[in-house]
Amino acid sequence: MRSKVVTKEEALAKFQDGQTIMFGDWHGQLTADELIDGVLEKGVKDIDAIAVSAGTPDQGVGRLIAAHRVKSLATTHIAFNPLARDQMFAGELDIEFVPQGTFAERIRCGGAGLGGCLTPTGIGTDVEEGKQKLTINGKEYLLELPMHADISLIRAWKADTAGNIVFRKIARATNSYMAYAADFVIVEAEELVEVGELDPEEIDVAAPIIDMVYVRTGEKKPFCLVWQRGKAKAEAKAAEKAKAEAEAAAKAEEEAKAEPEEVKEEVEEKAAEPEEEPAEEVKEEEGGNE
Amino acid sequence: MAGLTGRALIASRCAKFFKDGDFVNLGIGVPAMCVNYLPEGVDIWMESEIGIVGCGATPKWEDADPDLIDAGGQPASIIKGGCIVDHTTSFAFIRGGHIDATVLGTLQVDQEGNIANWTIPGKLVPGMGGAMDLCAGVKKIIVATDHCDKGGGSKILKKCTLPLTGAKCVTDIVTERCYFEVTPDGLVLRELAPGYTVEDIKECTDADFIVPDEIGVME
Repeated sequence: MRSKVVTKEEALAKFQDGQTIMFGDWHGQLTADELIDGVLEKGVKDIDAIAVSAGTPDQGVGRLIAAHRVKSLATTHIAFNPLARDQMFAGELDIEFVPQGTFAERIRCGGAGLGGCLTPTGIGTDVEEGKQKLTINGKEYLLELPMHADISLIRAWKADTAGNIVFRKIARATNSYMAYAADFVIVEAEELVEVGELDPEEIDVAAPIIDMVYVRTGEKKPFCLVWQRGKAKAEAKAAEKAKAEAEAAAKAEEEAKAEPEEVKEEVEEKAAEPEEEPAEEVKEEEGGNE
Repeated sequence: MAGLTGRALIASRCAKFFKDGDFVNLGIGVPAMCVNYLPEGVDIWMESEIGIVGCGATPKWEDADPDLIDAGGQPASIIKGGCIVDHTTSFAFIRGGHIDATVLGTLQVDQEGNIANWTIPGKLVPGMGGAMDLCAGVKKIIVATDHCDKGGGSKILKKCTLPLTGAKCVTDIVTERCYFEVTPDGLVLRELAPGYTVEDIKECTDADFIVPDEIGVME
């Protein structure tokens, strides 16, 4: 079996200005980060991007938006990337908002040879604009057309040299159907295995669908940048609290002889507060619903 | 739960709509708080549109798995018996009528059951995410919202002025002041929050509503 494993340079040779690129990801996570970095370094511009959200300014497709390399974006949500909003208002980035279920189904159609799908989503809203409406069994539907790209960038957990790939957990969300909806499909895998090592039942996307496999050279599964910041913040807060508590305890010890009961109570109360902040909520604008 | 006010009261009241075993999708903010107020004996399957059935509590940092996130991109967990599906299947749940109830926050909602929560043109453009699909396919669409906006204006209108997320789809509206059921005849005032009178609600509500003979107390 011919090996589809390529170097970063070989994968990047496929990218040119003005292409339509589909990015398997979720808010810039679970994505082909290393190849996106490569696209950025190569200077590829005027990209027509398709991604479930605008990512974040420092992660995934959001980095390309931040660097003004994206000229249009078909997406469902941009609240985590204020730069996308700014560029949209400035007339630099053309954004098409697509309801999320419609987004998934239009791409599935694009990869499955279907001419579109009929969905009730968006009936009675601005999403109707310019679209054909059909009544089936007395109910109204919008005809939504397929989405297809020149290149799909897919992130996988494991790949074999023939191009079979396996996703892990939520990484399958958009990576799964986007793999079918492009002329050329490039996978960025965390681990490479030999043909035959993957159980036929565990393979998520079959080898003939995939054109190239690039194996990550950096950290296999980095902790998301947004989380890293949230974690650092929570740890700093915990450290500050621990310090304050230690100081209070020292003070309490000092004053123990004077007013033992009262001080002890105060310290206990402080210790009863929740230990750690949960993950930092990414700041989201009011109103929108994921 | 006695003594609740404000957003906690909203979340607690919304949680009472759920039946044991319901498959539920909750929006961000107040809607997400509903899980803290589930009535005793009621366990629900929480959906995250990213593709989780049985979304659990936010994990601690040491348990966070970079490959397991929720729709907001935050670390997620899955309850026992839960599962992961791809994104198209997740929306088959939503559009296909398999989700029993959703709770959504909003900018505006009106007496015909229209909801506008995804954009203020030229100002606020987060995108609609999965909200329009929820409006199109979920059986019970509960709006959980502050009764008035920050300027004191009613969020419950005769007619929404902002671009709609869903047309004639809302079934229930819960605020910190009252609960309206949306019926073919219009809004019906079903419950009042402790301390509020029908007159109070009339004063702060733009929409028309029917006042039945019996009005319950919201809790």
